[in-house]
This record gives sequence, structure tokens and C-alpha cells, in this order.
Amino acid sequence: MTIKKNIPAVPVEQRASECLAQPASADPSKAALKTTRRDFLKASGMLSMSSLMGTAALMTQSDEAKAAIEWAEHFQKNYRLMTDAEKAEARARLERRYSQEYGKQVTVDTTGPQPGVLMGYALNIRKCIGCRRCVHACVAENNQSRGTKPGEKIEWIQVLRMERGKFEQGKMDHGYPEGLGIQVGGNAYTPAGQVLEGQYHYNPEAVPEQDATYMPIACMQCEKPPCVKVCPVRTTYREADGPVVIDYNWCIGCRMCMGACPYWARRINLASPVLPKEEMNPVTHYLGNRPRMRGVVEKCHWCLQRTRHDRYPACVEVCPVGARKFGNLLDPESEVSKILERKNVFRLKAELNTFPKFFYFYD
Amino acid sequence: MQQLTRFAADYVGYVLKGGTKFYAWMGALGVLIIGMLYVFYLQNTEGLIVTGMTSQIHDGLYFANLVFLVGVAAGAVTIVFPAYAYHHEGMHKVAVLGEMLAISAVIMVTMFVFAHMGRPDRLWHMLPIIGIYNFPHSMLGWDVLVLTGYLILNAICGFYYLWCKYTGQPINRKWFMPLVWIAIVWALSIHTVTAFLISTMPARPMWFHSMMPIRFIATAFAAGPCLIILAFLIIRNNTKFWVDDSAIKLLTTIVTWCLGIALFLTLSEVVVELYARTEHANGLYYLMFGLHGLTNLVPWFWGAVILMISSFVLFLIPSIRNNFKLLPIPCVMAFAGIWIEKGMGLIVPGFIPTPIGEVTEYYPTFVEWLLTLGIWAFGFFILTILLKGAIGILQGEIKYGAAK
Repeated sequence: MTIKKNIPAVPVEQRASECLAQPASADPSKAALKTTRRDFLKASGMLSMSSLMGTAALMTQSDEAKAAIEWAEHFQKNYRLMTDAEKAEARARLERRYSQEYGKQVTVDTTGPQPGVLMGYALNIRKCIGCRRCVHACVAENNQSRGTKPGEKIEWIQVLRMERGKFEQGKMDHGYPEGLGIQVGGNAYTPAGQVLEGQYHYNPEAVPEQDATYMPIACMQCEKPPCVKVCPVRTTYREADGPVVIDYNWCIGCRMCMGACPYWARRINLASPVLPKEEMNPVTHYLGNRPRMRGVVEKCHWCLQRTRHDRYPACVEVCPVGARKFGNLLDPESEVSKILERKNVFRLKAELNTFPKFFYFYD
Repeated sequence: MQQLTRFAADYVGYVLKGGTKFYAWMGALGVLIIGMLYVFYLQNTEGLIVTGMTSQIHDGLYFANLVFLVGVAAGAVTIVFPAYAYHHEGMHKVAVLGEMLAISAVIMVTMFVFAHMGRPDRLWHMLPIIGIYNFPHSMLGWDVLVLTGYLILNAICGFYYLWCKYTGQPINRKWFMPLVWIAIVWALSIHTVTAFLISTMPARPMWFHSMMPIRFIATAFAAGPCLIILAFLIIRNNTKFWVDDSAIKLLTTIVTWCLGIALFLTLSEVVVELYARTEHANGLYYLMFGLHGLTNLVPWFWGAVILMISSFVLFLIPSIRNNFKLLPIPCVMAFAGIWIEKGMGLIVPGFIPTPIGEVTEYYPTFVEWLLTLGIWAFGFFILTILLKGAIGILQGEIKYGAAK
């Protein structure tokens, strides 16, 4: 995969219709499978307990179908252990349930990592104006919970506001202790250039503000992710093309990963996500933006439903100042590779040896 | 086989019989247990939103109690170790009661695990073979392993001992003693691993230090025996079973020493963190003085400090520690102090501030309090049954052939 073109941002309504028309998968063999799914499932129905129940659920046209599908989902295996047939079946089951639930044709992509691709991300913090369009585009694209109650609203990207700080002449001679030789200068606590003492609940009339800079943070897709190591059931793992993903159907909600993440990138669905039918994005990926359930953890996955089909993540597409860059780290011609080659880059909290594939850079 | 069914029947028959006091106690616990079941149902239909936890502070009261109770379970070793290593007469007589306490505490821990999880219905995902068990990488995997092992070891050691007393057979020391020794070392492992669970996360500077395991052990060997002393005094006053003074006095000594060590470790942490006062000390600073005007935990922390220091002083005064009428006072104080310090006082500030500097506060909801209380009630329910049965056998009131 080489990402050459930057698809311009389009209004939401337009994008939704475009998404509907998109094939669920770029892989023709998988698309063909769809037409014969029922016969196919009959043949493989004996594979496992989940297969049996899944097939039964698909055959029933009754109102109990939804409950039966959910029941079958309880017994499905970890995504990585599924055979191709079981994956197809799990996908069909989900597509059916989501389509019913949201009243539109929902597709669940299962495209795997593409050979020769290692995804990477770079963000120009010099350019970021703190408009938070990335945050909103991400919520719309990735079916996050929209609720108004504190626990129901989920955003994966946090834009931190950092004050520029001021050094004052009046404080020159002051500090602590007074008189006997100052050990803590009067200007000690000015937040200039201070990383991670930010605030994301800023609400100005217009951005950028004079006295602030901005620092967006989301999942860093670490090469050595601490969240993956602590997961007791290996539901979260690093995909071959880079992103750290979660099998939402396998997550037990123990929240160890949330404690282990130094970037506070993970969120727990405290309740069933609030996702209005009309706002639901029907183009989904199994490991990506498909609707989640109560009690599981979720986070940024670099829009797998897009990036595995040669498209940019939603945040990259929407950024009005072009601060966000995405591409293949293995391709020397990609934007990200060029940035790593020519710009001054840094990784956040590099001292923790997590080796993020998300880089910050300056012009 | 026939012996075994008789044992079960005699045991159940004995523990079900009791006076008004017994039924009132069990009934009160039963009410709390029913309340607990209801809120557990609520939590698993509505979701964790009925709790005070958020994505920022995602471990709360449940996790805090879990950590504390692992310590209580490990604390049982303060009876078993002197009994078998030092052949302490008085302790040897009551060693099995310590094992019963360990069993009840591990059961409570397991229930707090269920309460804590977002999807307890998926716990089977952790089972090897049918699920995936991330071993040896996941510290939680280790924790489940050592806790399950500890439960099994204590159940075997405890009930085999009771079984021998019941049937009048001699104990087969060939395999019993090795098992007892394994259980003693295992007790240390459960609390060490629980400490590792949170101290192996550089993302949470409040917890990221190697002092955690020894501090956990020290506080556990103070809080656990406190509870045991209380239980022993209740047993002495309410049953025909006599716990020797020497056993209680040795436990008091253990509590005093461990409490002293725990206080020393807390003081060391405060000095190290606050002298340099880096950003990494923000969690502790929040706990002690509050941060950005948020001071929810400050009274809890200072309350715990006062409880622990004053109980330590009381334990040092001979006329108090040797007076079994007054002894419960410092025991309750130390137990409560450690519950605060190691529970809410340790877990919650780990999340305040978050790794990206957000400061929020945690307010446990009624659901959380009731669920927590209900699990404790369930634990005491089990503990009462186990202790009653064990005492019945030790007293010879349940004996093979006696019922005929």
C-alpha cells in the first residue's frame, strides 16, 4: 500500500452516502463469499458450537434472531484463532445484527494486514491550531458513544491546550526561601514549554488562542505496547501492519490495559454505547470501528476500515492545516518516511521504551 | 466413601444449628447478600455506569478491596508459620482456623474480581485450552494462578486436618507437611504478585516502585492478624473453644512489628517523593494535600495515618495489649487504617492525575458501597460457617460414629 492522494474532506451527509456505496471488502474473493453465504454456512455448520448456533440464528427470520445471534457471539473464539470460515461466519452474524439494529446495510470488513505495509503517523505540532475537528471526525467515523452523561461520551483523540507561560521581572528577586539565597525561583512554576500539564476542556471563542499551543494525543500504536503485555486474555494485540487492535468480543473488561497505557489512550464502555441510527457509520472493520458493546475497552486503531483500503484515517483527512500525516514506514517515498528522514521528530514519553509509531515533529 | 458422606452430613447438620444470636447474625448478613445480588444484577444489565468509575479512574472500591483482602488471605500465614515452624503450642491448636480465614478471604477476592470486571460473563476466556491464558506475560494471569493455588492449598490442608480429627486417623505427615510448607511460601507469593500487578506499570508513577511488595506484605501481616485476633476473642467469648493467651499475644507482637515497618515504609515514600517533588509525585501529593483544589481523599489519608500511628502506640503499651478487653480497640483501628491506606488511598491516587495530566475525582456510588458491603457480608457468612464447623470438630462435637 502506498498512500498517494489526500482525499479532500467532504460534508458528513455526502460522506455517508459514499460510504454506503463502498464495497465491504476490497478482496474480491471475500465479496464473492457474500452471495453464497447461506449455502456456505450450511456446509460449515458443524464446525463448532458457535457455528451451529450462528447458523441457526441466520436461518431464523423471527424476532428472536437478534437474541440468538448475541447468544452465538458469546461462544465465538478469539478472532485470531478463527479459521477463515469461522471469520466469515462471525462477520455475517455481525452484519446481520448491525443491519437490523441500525436499520441500514452495515458491512463488517475483515481485510487483514497488507504485505509490505507498516503504518506510521506524524503530527506537526507547530501547525496544530487546536480546532478539534479531528476529534469530531474520529467520533463520527468510528462510532464512538455519543451520550451526554460523563461516562457515556467517548473520544479517542485528546487535544491538550498548553499555556505559553510568562516570565516576569517582578518575580526575579522573589522565591523560596526569601533572603538567604533563593532555591526555588519566583518564575519556577511558569508552564512555558511544559508537556503534559495540559487541559483538554478548553472552550475559547476562536482558535488558535494567542497564549496557547496545542498537543493532540491518541493511541501511539506502540511497537512495544505495554497494554498488550498485561492483557490476561490476549484480546488486544499488535497487527502485522502496525496498529494495536482489540477483539471486542473477547475483551473481559478487566481494564488492566487502561492502567498500563502511558498515553491514556484507552476508554471503557461503561454502558451500552449511545449511537443514534442516523449517525452510525455503516462501513466498519471487525477490529476497528464496528459498534462496541457494554463493558469492553476501545481505542484508536488508525481507521483500519479506511487505511487497509488505501484511504487516510478520518483525522488526517479532516485536518484543515495539514498537521497530520499518515503513511507506510516501509515505503521510502511515503510522506511519513520523508518526515522521519528530514524533520526533527520526537516520540512522546520515549523514556518508557514503548516505541510509538506516532511521531511529533516541527517544521 | 460412607465416611465421607457422614462427614458432610454431620458438618452441615452442626453448622446449621445455633442459637438466636447465630441466626440473627446470619440473617443480617443474608439481607446484605441479597442486596449485593441485586446491585450486581443491576451492574451487569446497565453496565459499570452505575458505579462511580470512569475511563479516567477505572479501578475503584472493588479493586481496592480486592487488594486489601488478598493481604488478609496472606495474613493467615502468621498463624500457620509459628505453628509449624516454631511448634508454637497455642498456635498449633488454632492453625486450622487461620486456614479457614484464608479460604474465606480468597473467596471474597474472587467475588471482587467479578464485581470489578466489565464482562464477568466472559471470564471463561481466561481458562486455558477453551480460552486464551496470557501466561507468563500477564501479571493478572499470575495473580489468578497464585490465588487459585492458594485457595486449593488451604482447602486441602484445612479440611484434611479436620477430616483426620473427625475420623480419628493420624495425619499422614509425608504429604501433609510438604503441603503446609508450600502453602506458607505461597501465601507470600499471592501478595507479592498482587503488588506486582500495579507496581509494574510505569504509566502510573504513584505505583511504580519496588517497595510495593514489601509494603504490601508488611501491611497484610498487620491487618490480617488484627482480624484474626478479633475473631479469636469472639470465639473465646461465645463458644466452648478456648484460644490460648499465648496465641493471641504472639499475634499482637506480629501486628506491632509489621505495623511499625509499614509506617516506616510509608514515611520513606513520603520523604523520597516530596523531597524532589517531581511530576511523578502528583498522585501522592493529591492524596496528602489535594491537587488543583480537589481534596476528596485528604481526610481519608490523614485519618488512616492517625489510626495507624495511634494504634501502633497503643499496641506498644503493655497494659493495653495484654488486656483482652481493650485489645480490640487498637486492632479495629489498625485494620481500618490499613484498609484505607492500602485500598482507596493507594488505588485511587494512581489515576489522579491521569498520564496526560487530567485531574478528576472519584465518588463511589451507592451501588458500589452496597456491592462491597454485600461481598464482605458473604465473606463473613462463609467464615462463620467454616469457623463453626472447624471448632465443632476440634472440640470433638462432630466425630465419626458419635452421631449414632
